[in-house]
Amino acid sequence: MAQDSQSGPAVGDQPKGDTSILNSMAFRGIAYQVLLAICVVLGGLYLYVNVNANLDRQGIATGWDFVTENAGFDIGESPIPYDSEDTYGFALWVGVLNTLRVAVVGIVLATILGVFMGIARTSRNWLLSKVANVYVEVCRNVPVVLHVLFWATVVRFLPAPRQAIIPFDGAYLMNRGVVFPIPNEHPAYVWVGVAFVLGIVGAVVLGRWAQRRRELTGQYIPTFWWGLAIITGLPMVAWLVQGAPLSWNVPALKGFNFQGGMALSPEYAALVIGVTVYTGAFIAEIVRAGIQAVPHGQIEAARALGLRPGFIMRYITMPQALRIIVPPTASQFLSLTKNSSLGVLIGYPDLVNIGNTTLNQTGQAVEAITIMMIVYLSISLTISTAMNLYNRLVAIKER
Amino acid sequence: MKTIITAVAAVAFAGAMAVDTKSAMAADGPTLKAVKARGEVICGVHQGRYGFAIADSQGKWKGLDVDFCRAVAAATLGDSEKVKYIPLGSVQRFPALQSGEVDMLSRTTTITLTRDAALGFNFGPPTFYTGTGFMVRKSIGATTVDQMGGAAICVFPGSTTEKNIASLFKSKGMKFTPVVIESSKQLVGAYMSGRCDVLAMDQAGLPGHQQYDAKNPADHLIIPGVYSKEPLGIGVRAGDDQWFDIIKWVTHATFNAEEWGVSKANVDKMVKSNDPNVKRLLGVSGDLGKKLGLDKQWAYRIIKQVGNYGEIYETNWGPPLNLARGINNLWTNGGLMYGFPMK
Repeated sequence: MAQDSQSGPAVGDQPKGDTSILNSMAFRGIAYQVLLAICVVLGGLYLYVNVNANLDRQGIATGWDFVTENAGFDIGESPIPYDSEDTYGFALWVGVLNTLRVAVVGIVLATILGVFMGIARTSRNWLLSKVANVYVEVCRNVPVVLHVLFWATVVRFLPAPRQAIIPFDGAYLMNRGVVFPIPNEHPAYVWVGVAFVLGIVGAVVLGRWAQRRRELTGQYIPTFWWGLAIITGLPMVAWLVQGAPLSWNVPALKGFNFQGGMALSPEYAALVIGVTVYTGAFIAEIVRAGIQAVPHGQIEAARALGLRPGFIMRYITMPQALRIIVPPTASQFLSLTKNSSLGVLIGYPDLVNIGNTTLNQTGQAVEAITIMMIVYLSISLTISTAMNLYNRLVAIKER
Repeated sequence: MKTIITAVAAVAFAGAMAVDTKSAMAADGPTLKAVKARGEVICGVHQGRYGFAIADSQGKWKGLDVDFCRAVAAATLGDSEKVKYIPLGSVQRFPALQSGEVDMLSRTTTITLTRDAALGFNFGPPTFYTGTGFMVRKSIGATTVDQMGGAAICVFPGSTTEKNIASLFKSKGMKFTPVVIESSKQLVGAYMSGRCDVLAMDQAGLPGHQQYDAKNPADHLIIPGVYSKEPLGIGVRAGDDQWFDIIKWVTHATFNAEEWGVSKANVDKMVKSNDPNVKRLLGVSGDLGKKLGLDKQWAYRIIKQVGNYGEIYETNWGPPLNLARGINNLWTNGGLMYGFPMK
């Protein structure tokens, strides 16, 4: 047991004071990085050449020419005009837009739902906190695939177009989706939009002013209602000044289906609801964790000062909780975006659905899958970057 | 920089996975050798289409496509039951064959120039002729394609049908909304629940869904006539000529057996026939089997265990589907099935 070990390098092997470049810390640092970069590039090159050689040997077409070829298939719904005579590249672009349409709306709705449910779980109202609890436990413990399939089945049980449910005049709810009237285009709406943006800017300026004032004088000025009045009032004024033009594009049943108005397909609705409800449950848990991580003493101190609960949540709890909430929420946004690819199961024409059709029509699997990967990677990296920037905004400022 | 490296690594990883399957297949050598060593033919079939390939309540596969898998197993391994069925979606089927996951693709696959030339496949003789057909709910009142403007149409992704409808409706100046779902169950379910007005697929697939999936088959109407040419054939990987030849001549053997009157019931008697054609087919004379790398009795076993083409057709398309043979009849009866000389 007590035998002395003779192994191990002898101390003092290296001559001290060697000024060789090999011993320079900076040089080594760079050398390792260059070596790693070379390995990665060579590895990638090897794979690329190997794939090409194998595809060639099996007589499978390769290359990117198909992107400019005529697609020849139709797409169920598209935010931009698409025709079967457009190219595969354009069809894939429609798929990207459809994916983004789900991702963006899903992220916004899941955040709203998650924040509400997360706050509700910490509520002292028994019913509210239990309802939120049941929602979280049910939704996060069911696979997202089942969420999507479940909602797809639910929307299919809605009545046929001729027996559609009419929630209000001009809107129809049926197994073909939802259609509702939208205002016909009019040049005045451009100015209404400008007024809306100005309204938001105005509200932000007002908020800043009130905060500055509070910091200087300690006087609390409620700005919420004034801000809301500016945001809604300015566009109203702009609209009235231009003579209040308003005519509706009302959907009407023609032949098989409704024409006119705005239509959301049942697949879109099912996918958005499915991923929102699922991701919302995770965000709710993150929000709850964030809120509960704020030291209780802070809240007790605020209560001792006589602050109202809403005020405590807005100005004491949330700013501290956000630091904990933002980073994990970012990964929920990423997973929501990737989960939107489940649209392929229920027939929503997202990137994967159109990519699959393209892959099958052209037979160029490697290229089609590479395109899909690059697109998802780009979307995810964009979300990551945006969330990192936001995180920097809410993180503790070390001065 | 970090993100770029991540991106490169991600793409490289996908490439690596693609390479892996390819090189694994190359080492297998000729398909027949692999099949014999494995003792099993791996056959890609439809996940569920009545008449072509469907698993019954005991999990036993049935259908015309399935019978051709069995015929190949009977010819190469001596037992028509030595087949492993891999149900494939319309999108997965081609990568599955390219990567060597299946030995043969007997899955309602239309033979087209692009698939033959650009996908690295070869196709045996058509085992079934059909065309794009439409089924509609009677309540919507459309009896011809011209009355379908604006309809929502349920269709499989990546199928020739998807393109056919697009060009058919374009040529008629009509619009439609495609609802594209890969899973057979989901797609037919979407039509039956009223999400689509029309179900479009190879016409031969429609009677099965009408008979078995509709609550009341009489509520649905299959529009008469087909709107495209869909010769369905067995696909194999290009580059293995021997295996391609086996697929080709197994198919011709079923055609010829029907033409020459050799059936499941009389094949043992026909061995004593004096017809030189029959003698060569059943391996009584000549060495046709050897030329394919098989034994003398290869075609005898196909007929004995699976049947001739007429019997295969009758088993799968007779009652209750009752699809008339039409152009799938022998050429001697006014159809397109024409067995090549087996000499």
